Amino acid sequence: MIAAIRSLVRFRALVESLVSRELKARYRGSVLGFLWSFVNPLLLLLTYTLVFTVILPNRQPEIQPFFLFLFCGILPWTWFQASLSESSGVLIANANLIKKVLFPAEVLPTVCVLANLAHFLLGLPILLLFLAWQGTLAWTAVLLPLPIVVQLVLTLGLSLFLSALTVHFRDIQNILQHVLHLWFFATPVIYSYAAIAEGTPLRQALRLNPMTHVIVTYQQMLFHGNVDHWRGLFLALLVGMLAFAAGAFLFDRLRDTLPEEV
Amino acid sequence: MTKPAIVAQGVSKLYRRFAHKNQLRTLKSALLTGSVLADLRPEETFTALEDVSFEVKPGTTFAVIGENGSGKSTLLKLVAGITKPTRGSLRVLGRVSALIELGAGFHPEISGRENVAINAMMLGLTRKELDESYDAIVEFAELKDFIDAPVKTYSSGMYMRLGFAVAIHVDPDVLLIDEVLAVGDEAFTRKCLDKISEFRRRGKTILFVTHSLGLVEKMCDDVLWLNHGRTRGRGDPKRVVDEYLTYVAGGEEALLRSRSLADAAQAEAAPASEAPEDAGAPGGYRPGRWGSREVEIRQVRLLDSLDRERHLFIPGETLTLALSVHAARPVSDFVFGVGLFAADGTCVYGTNTDLEDFKPRRLEGEAIVRLSLEGLQLVEGTYLVDLAAHKRDGTPYDYLRGLHSFRIKSRVKDVGIYRPQHHWSFGGGAELDRPVERPELDVEPGDGAAASGGKGGAR
Repeated sequence: MIAAIRSLVRFRALVESLVSRELKARYRGSVLGFLWSFVNPLLLLLTYTLVFTVILPNRQPEIQPFFLFLFCGILPWTWFQASLSESSGVLIANANLIKKVLFPAEVLPTVCVLANLAHFLLGLPILLLFLAWQGTLAWTAVLLPLPIVVQLVLTLGLSLFLSALTVHFRDIQNILQHVLHLWFFATPVIYSYAAIAEGTPLRQALRLNPMTHVIVTYQQMLFHGNVDHWRGLFLALLVGMLAFAAGAFLFDRLRDTLPEEV
Repeated sequence: MTKPAIVAQGVSKLYRRFAHKNQLRTLKSALLTGSVLADLRPEETFTALEDVSFEVKPGTTFAVIGENGSGKSTLLKLVAGITKPTRGSLRVLGRVSALIELGAGFHPEISGRENVAINAMMLGLTRKELDESYDAIVEFAELKDFIDAPVKTYSSGMYMRLGFAVAIHVDPDVLLIDEVLAVGDEAFTRKCLDKISEFRRRGKTILFVTHSLGLVEKMCDDVLWLNHGRTRGRGDPKRVVDEYLTYVAGGEEALLRSRSLADAAQAEAAPASEAPEDAGAPGGYRPGRWGSREVEIRQVRLLDSLDRERHLFIPGETLTLALSVHAARPVSDFVFGVGLFAADGTCVYGTNTDLEDFKPRRLEGEAIVRLSLEGLQLVEGTYLVDLAAHKRDGTPYDYLRGLHSFRIKSRVKDVGIYRPQHHWSFGGGAELDRPVERPELDVEPGDGAAASGGKGGAR
């Protein structure tokens, strides 16, 4: 795990350039260009707002205005979900590099995670703007780096794990889409965690999900303006570190097989 | 003595093919126990390289030749460190840059400039080094006007020029080149070759895989010939390339035929009383026969000073090689050559008529060629003889490698290859008994062989 971090630090210049390339390349040639980084989360937000205020209205008083509550969860969730689904295929997509260039392969999933982090950070000002406009922006927003770090560690770990494993088991790429879909609904993004009664099996199940604690922390910091979910966030950090250790270990074990199998 | 730049010892590479029907089970157990490698039982393996050993001295150019699928590129990837050998060890000194695929990792959507930066960093350049060599890269690639355009708008020639430019400016100690010169236009190829020559002048080590045999003869110091993943030949470029060409032209069959011919010759060369104990030649020196046969060596006799055919000589005797040659059609470009090799393949001596400035005029029909080696000062052992008729540029008419042999017998078991005429003398307080005078074996000394061998004593 230490070795994995060291290798990523050693190649940080490369990671940096690749992330910026990723950001530049993604929207090059499209009309809106870089604006897509902002428009994308807005459109996503619009869709969910339409569903949950018009079609299936959610009237829980503590999470009104609902579209803002939704925004607080969807933005980080998008980062998480896009990172995982991209990194599961990233080694195969870059087979050329892995086969033909002596190249630290762990850079590739890392770049996926960091590029999506950049998108997340670009979307964040819009969210803050909306919050300020609605008058709910609280001082707790300055604590945001904490859940971001926790989510980064967790996402990196899972990305390393999935990217290496997918090379051997291509089915993961397909299964993952559905797992992520389910995971989305198993995370309190479109509903309030607080509204689920303590002690119910559902609440127990949600507690086992590290992303629950991360998302709830975001919602508290941004939407509610009072943070008391520290224990959950700390647990999520532990799970994240565990995931990172496991991911780095697996990646290292499979490293030599990658050039032959991609 | 400088350390070799590349050392490969008994390198083997097995590729595993995993059966797909087991994937679900392996995935399950992998996730449950984390023992992925243990559960990935290879269904079948494919040996890409088997027991390949070689050393490349720093500053030399080393070529790997062989047919498609012979394991050349696998070897290159191993040296580059992209894959690991299954068995054996491989060590490379210094920074390696591998030109395996030019422009691997270029992103089509972004500009040449950014791709250069990223590609250079992937190849191991630091940002500072990149800043220093950036201009040189662009200039070499001749892309100054297009460097800010997305790479997808480049022609394939431009793409490769840029890829080559980046790779070559990584300033490696060891440069690995995989057949990349085969692509690209004439001018670009020449430019690359110039750059490679410059590398050679600067004392860098180059290992390259190629099908361009002319290039191998021209540029390389050492050649490794791979055949189905095994070392088939190794050594002097001209010789290995000749062997390879004969192999490719005639195919396996021809070589096998010549090998059995070699065995026959071996048997014939060794008189019944003289068991050919160590006639087999290890170490890359394999008996064989190749060439166009426009000039054919029909008979070879090893004669002593009285023109008697012999295979057993004592040190200091005269050995005459008598060749009967036949040229079906007249030729004017011909060279006769002779080489003597120790049983382990070490070249003892080699010469030819071209080296000694004989000018060929005409060769037609039957001809006789004799070479007398006077005073054969060799130590005991079996020696193999190479005999050849070839063009002045080396194209073989008829090359007989190690099909003839002779044996030097000596009472004195001194070591090495060459035995200078010598004698011992002692003085002062050193007292030694002279060796007992004995006839030098039961061979009749032909020309009064002075065979000074062990006769020296205190005088």
